[in-house]
Amino acid sequence: MIYLFQLMNGIGLGMLYFLLAVGLSVIFGLLHFVNFAHGAFYLLGAYLCYALLQYGVGFWGALVLAAIIVAAIAAVVETGLLKRIYRLDHMYHIVATIGLALMIQEIVIIVWGPVGSSVPAPKALTGAIMLGHFIYPEYRLFVIGFTAVLAAILWWVLEGTRLGAVVRAGSESTDMVSLLGYDINRINTAVFALGAGLAGLAGALAAPIRGVDPFMGVEALAVAFVVVVIGGMGSYTGALIAGLLVGIVQSLMTTLWPAGASLAIYIAMVLVVLVMPRGLLGRA
Amino acid sequence: MTATPLRLDEVHSYYGKSHILQGVTLTVGPGEVVTLLGRNGAGKTTTLKTVSGLVRAAAGRVRFLDADITGARAHAIARSGLALVPEDRGIFGLLTVEENLKIAVRKGSLWTMDDVYRHFPRLKERRRNGGAQLSGGEQQMLSIARALLNGPKLLMLDEPVEGLAPVVVDEIVAQIRDIRSSGIPILLVEQNLAVCTELADRHYILDLGRVVYEGSREEFIADAAVKDRYLGVGA
Ligand SMILES: Nc1ncnc2c1ncn2[C@@H]1O[C@H](COP(=O)(O)OP(=O)(O)OP(=O)(O)O)[C@@H](O)[C@H]1O
Ligand SMILES: [Mg+2]
Repeated sequence: MIYLFQLMNGIGLGMLYFLLAVGLSVIFGLLHFVNFAHGAFYLLGAYLCYALLQYGVGFWGALVLAAIIVAAIAAVVETGLLKRIYRLDHMYHIVATIGLALMIQEIVIIVWGPVGSSVPAPKALTGAIMLGHFIYPEYRLFVIGFTAVLAAILWWVLEGTRLGAVVRAGSESTDMVSLLGYDINRINTAVFALGAGLAGLAGALAAPIRGVDPFMGVEALAVAFVVVVIGGMGSYTGALIAGLLVGIVQSLMTTLWPAGASLAIYIAMVLVVLVMPRGLLGRA
Repeated sequence: MTATPLRLDEVHSYYGKSHILQGVTLTVGPGEVVTLLGRNGAGKTTTLKTVSGLVRAAAGRVRFLDADITGARAHAIARSGLALVPEDRGIFGLLTVEENLKIAVRKGSLWTMDDVYRHFPRLKERRRNGGAQLSGGEQQMLSIARALLNGPKLLMLDEPVEGLAPVVVDEIVAQIRDIRSSGIPILLVEQNLAVCTELADRHYILDLGRVVYEGSREEFIADAAVKDRYLGVGA
């Protein structure tokens, strides 16, 4: 029963990881842009959710607003700064986005202080169900259901709509997409904002589970990179499978060997990269 | 007076510091098929890229249907009705044939998906295949079909039959001729002289980024010296 319990935990965690990482992966696929500020968007989403709840906004409103505000901030940063450096070497991407991440983190510390806080789950979901004799919070069940619906919608957008086809096309040749009459700058901004908004949403969803603290972004960034590397840069399905894999491995390891839980995900990454250098579903 | 589909005046372009186009002047008239010939590296592709906005013209003017499009961005130029079928064909390998076509569909084009499938039955057969699975000839057809769906008022083709088997070349030439008879003017870059003389009303030869020859179909066919000098094909 403990394994079922940890499996459920792992799936919940894994879906959050997917949400966190899918933006990073799609942004890399389309823009070939290495975004070390991705974790900071997750951090910002979590804190915005926390702050909005404190201002008396309802949980659902806080969730949606946090994601939208993060997406809007990302859009501004992309148009004002990042789009100017896409053409440069990855080194510049890394330096600029680490700088951005640190700025966001410092702003969070200035506004909300260096000490973390807990965030209450919404009233409707404070109950729990029994899995054998383990107590499983309803909120986590909600997170699994909510992210699953979101994953399905995202998949449909990416695979079933014209916009999704243009985004996939853009990951192959931005010139050709322009030659068909699409403004690639606007598509880039939209995709960047969407990816950041999803990271922000993941942060907001995670807040009631793990609380908020100013360093959660750094941790999230590491996990997101592990997921993207395992799943394959630019792959939606890869991010989903790898997110779940990482979440489940981490949860099961918490039971088997708690000290090694974080280590295990890096070992999994190394193993995957050794066998399949492009990740499970990566392409050249 | 009808507008001139395309007019280049003394156009200069660079890649970084290398000065590639050194004053290209040419026109494509209404309903005309014009070829741009020249040796490898002469600047033919660069000319098409400059017209379509992928490369910025450093000096000179590009006018499309009498509107100045010099310096406009590629997507805006494409939307105004100028289509380029690039040398590498630009097929999206991760998209199906149908998706490749769908993202090009534009209201106001003379061509619909049905027209394209009727005209290129091979694409209809393969519509669920990924773009990467197509043969070279099929990729070329897909690239042309996609340009047509985009509603072109001028079509630019960069070496459409390069590397294709003779039967496929014939098929594509026939399709280009159909497009011409629909009245869309065409600027064609091609190394295959037989194809050029068969399709085109007029020819330009580009050498080292400059137009060095202009002639009608008849003049060009008769002029062995020029072919020898600039194209290295003694006829
Ligand atoms: N992206 C680039 N960067 C730098 N130089 C380039 C680039 N593309 C082409 N060139 C150079 O510009 C010149 C003209 O190239 P272009 O591709 O226009 O020639 P072309 O006439 O189309 O030749 P081909 O018949 O081989 O296609 C060549 O000397 C080429 O080496
Ligand atoms: Mg060329």
